[in-house]
Amino acid sequence: MVGLPLLAALFPLDHLGHYIHWGWVYISYANAIVVALMVICFVAAIWVPFPGRNRRKESR
Amino acid sequence: MSSTDIERQWTTRLRHRVTGHLPPEKVLPDTQPAYVASWIYVFGVTTMVALSMVILTGFVLAIRGPQWWHTSDVGHYVNSLHLWSVEVFFFAMVIHLWGKFFMAAWRGRRALTWMTGVVTFLTSIAAAFTGYVSQTNFDSQWISTQAKDGINATGAGSIFNVLNLGQMLMWHIVLLPLVAVILTAVHVVMVRVRGVVPPFEDAPPEKP
Ligand code: HEM
Repeated sequence: MVGLPLLAALFPLDHLGHYIHWGWVYISYANAIVVALMVICFVAAIWVPFPGRNRRKESR
Repeated sequence: MSSTDIERQWTTRLRHRVTGHLPPEKVLPDTQPAYVASWIYVFGVTTMVALSMVILTGFVLAIRGPQWWHTSDVGHYVNSLHLWSVEVFFFAMVIHLWGKFFMAAWRGRRALTWMTGVVTFLTSIAAAFTGYVSQTNFDSQWISTQAKDGINATGAGSIFNVLNLGQMLMWHIVLLPLVAVILTAVHVVMVRVRGVVPPFEDAPPEKP
């Protein structure tokens, strides 16, 4: 429980969160970051070569 | 009993049907087509593993109860494992869904796989919501009092009362997990029955 005050200082949860307000777009930074991470993971999943792919092709 | 009698028994017919659609080499295949060697295929399995963690930690929370998960260190820990497994579950499920959308993975008589996925997604949202209102803390009080007006406005409030903790907890720990697990099982079995969808350029032409 030593790290708890430190964490609480880094991520204060006892007041309003921060929001991106851009036209009709209204989203918390937390949610926007998660969406961005999902998009990054999706793009990486398509572009990053899967290990062993070439080995499998040769054996075919 | 003649052999035609045996052929007509429902056990025999069901066995032929099941083994016809799902012979052992389809249930547990030892190779997959070359195009499956991509990270995008990892996210369906990640979703499944996360769902297993959600259910396992949910069992522990159910055994020990709210006093335990609110007041003890181990309780907080298991509660957090439950929450974070849900986060991983949705994260992976959405990437899985995007992947299948851009592959148009419903092609070639795979509509049931896609549709069970869609309904599992909606069921999971309901499961997460009933979980948030079942926490028994100020957060769940706040969420349920905010949500009641929206749900009452749809008319569903007469049978689905978000302020009724007992009802919400039952939906969260009995009905919705049951539906999600059954649908997931059908979903994965359908992938085995139909095989992984081929890329557009390798797909046989579809009848209109
Ligand atoms: C509990 C949630 C889910 C689990 C555990 C799950 C699991 C899986 C697994 C293990 C596979 C096979 C491996 C793969 O292709 O990734 C698969 C395939 C598939 N999933 Fe899901 N899935 C879920 C939700 C969804 C959702 C929300 C959709 C779309 C709305 C979806 C659409 C599909 C389709 C169309 C396939 C067949 C792909 C093919 O034939 O190649 N799934 N799923």
